[in-house]
Amino acid sequence: MIEPLLKVRDLCVDFGANAALRGVNFDLAAGEIVGLVGESGSGKSTLARAILRLLQPVRGSVQFLGQDLLQCSGAALRARRRELQIVFQDPLASLNPRMTVGEAIGEPLQIFEPKLTARARQLQVDAMLERVGLASAMAGRYPHEFSGGQCQRVGIARAMILRPKLLICDEVVSSLDMSIQGQIVNLLIDLQREAAMAVLFISHNLAVVRHLSQRVMVIYLGKLVEIAPCDALFAAPKHPYTRALLAAVPQLPSVIAAPAAPAAPAVPVLPAEPIQQARLMASGCAYRDRCPFVLPLCETTEPPLIEVGTGHWAACHRSQETLIPLSFAS
Amino acid sequence: MTPTLSIDDLRIAFSHRAGSVEAVDRVSLQIAPSECVGIVGESGSGKTQVFMAAMGLLAGNARATGSVRFEGRELLGADRAALNRVRGSKLTMIPQDPMTSLTPHLKIGIQLAEVMVAHLGKTWSDARSSAGRMLERVHVPEPKRRLNQYPHELSGGMRQRVMIAMSLLCEPSLVIADEPTTALDVTIQAQIIELLRAVRGEFGMALALISHDLAVVAGLADRILVMYAGRIVEAAAAGALFRRPRHPYTAELLKCVPSISGPRSARLPTLAGQPPRPGEVLEACPFAPRCSRAAERCRVERPQLGGPAGAQVACHFPVSDD
Repeated sequence: MIEPLLKVRDLCVDFGANAALRGVNFDLAAGEIVGLVGESGSGKSTLARAILRLLQPVRGSVQFLGQDLLQCSGAALRARRRELQIVFQDPLASLNPRMTVGEAIGEPLQIFEPKLTARARQLQVDAMLERVGLASAMAGRYPHEFSGGQCQRVGIARAMILRPKLLICDEVVSSLDMSIQGQIVNLLIDLQREAAMAVLFISHNLAVVRHLSQRVMVIYLGKLVEIAPCDALFAAPKHPYTRALLAAVPQLPSVIAAPAAPAAPAVPVLPAEPIQQARLMASGCAYRDRCPFVLPLCETTEPPLIEVGTGHWAACHRSQETLIPLSFAS
Repeated sequence: MTPTLSIDDLRIAFSHRAGSVEAVDRVSLQIAPSECVGIVGESGSGKTQVFMAAMGLLAGNARATGSVRFEGRELLGADRAALNRVRGSKLTMIPQDPMTSLTPHLKIGIQLAEVMVAHLGKTWSDARSSAGRMLERVHVPEPKRRLNQYPHELSGGMRQRVMIAMSLLCEPSLVIADEPTTALDVTIQAQIIELLRAVRGEFGMALALISHDLAVVAGLADRILVMYAGRIVEAAAAGALFRRPRHPYTAELLKCVPSISGPRSARLPTLAGQPPRPGEVLEACPFAPRCSRAAERCRVERPQLGGPAGAQVACHFPVSDD
């Protein structure tokens, strides 16, 4: 078996007394696009930051190309980070307003390839601007002169300029208009193919994730509750939380009415917000107070992540039942 | 019957050093009592500005002409006192970002009660208990405790519920919801849409729902107006619009909504190009450069909104005419 690009094991992050990540395990193959889905506060961004070591996990390991990033320090960590890049949700806030976009995109090169001449750097920046769909003549402009979608292209260019092996996209389309979201998603798909890099695509919207991911991971209160090949997840979601996320995606009436639509089991709108981290109980399933399928067992025993199909993992006591009613909305 | 809101020939221009930029161009629309109208368009299409004009909240460099009548009374050019008699009470707004719309250093209870003290002349203690009851009606758990909390102590979804409660305090005739779910997660978005549906039934007010997302509007609106580059390009009953979009822009927007079922395409459908920059003077159809159906006529003559009431389109070659 080929060694995965990224191996995350038992990753735990605490914020004070609150557990933000509770033992996260997953692999990411080179060149793979994996979606990570969950609500605000589920730990999506914390996971991204822990992988990049922008915050310090309390336990676990993040093996990147065979090296544990959590054990690296100084120069070694810096060298690895050039291969791990991130694009943030708010495209304007993540760019320095006093730097031209050309400078912003060229800055990583300046840091990691200091021997490069200004002219050579400029050429690379121009090429990257064109590649992300902006004119190279725009290099001298400032972020505020760009629209949200254009700023996000700049953010992507800045992340791509070092040709990373792993690109983490943290809600990169959430603040964009529907008509622009597709453009950015398509750009990411193209770049990923050309550069054969892996992408961890974080979003709260399953419909967007579905269109670019090979695999999807669902996170709930700091734990992965379902991991599956994309098509399997949408055809037969095994965790009730995944179903609730699917049911929450607003759909056009034509789609809702289509009787053949297999992927949208009618689950009522999630009744509440997730329980507060501080109230997270020591035992039992963290989803149980929102779950319509709860059993007495769920109160006492936290379900482990088990394989329920080929490459399809779910952490639910009832994941292997086929009798869970798919429709009880009425 | 007098429409709740009646906008006629509204134009809004922003003046800058370099001249004047037209953001809204001859928009006319009506919202009937209890009706829910969805207003859909991209950033910069002018959808928010139309309603900012109605609320008297346009920026200082804006100039609005035309007419905006709320329950028969002209609001455009009305003085502050006249505006304050309706806005915040009979004409209210649910903003996109509930964090920046609530005052960070005042407790929720004070912010809610203040509305009723100002508009209904209630005493503070009276207003406070009404506020608690309203929070309960919008399904805020532990409403009494919330009254003593500050905005930052609430989640985004809870804050939006507070904003919805605030918009309902004086039994409004029209609530303007400007991208009320855009800043929220899908699960919370679904809850807020459900809540808006429920309060519409309960309070019977008219609702103007502004969004860039047709799927969000789909669940609530009776009628949908599609805006592009400062103009209404299509106005139709919601069902008809989804079944048979007439403007090519509407048809393209519908294709852009990602689906959770059906075949998974290798690429997401997108709208090529960018909307025209505000201020670009256009004697042509503003959508022509992005339109696959555009012909010579579209580049020289601007299509006007026309057709039978309830199915209007501004296009020389509407879809489904072939």
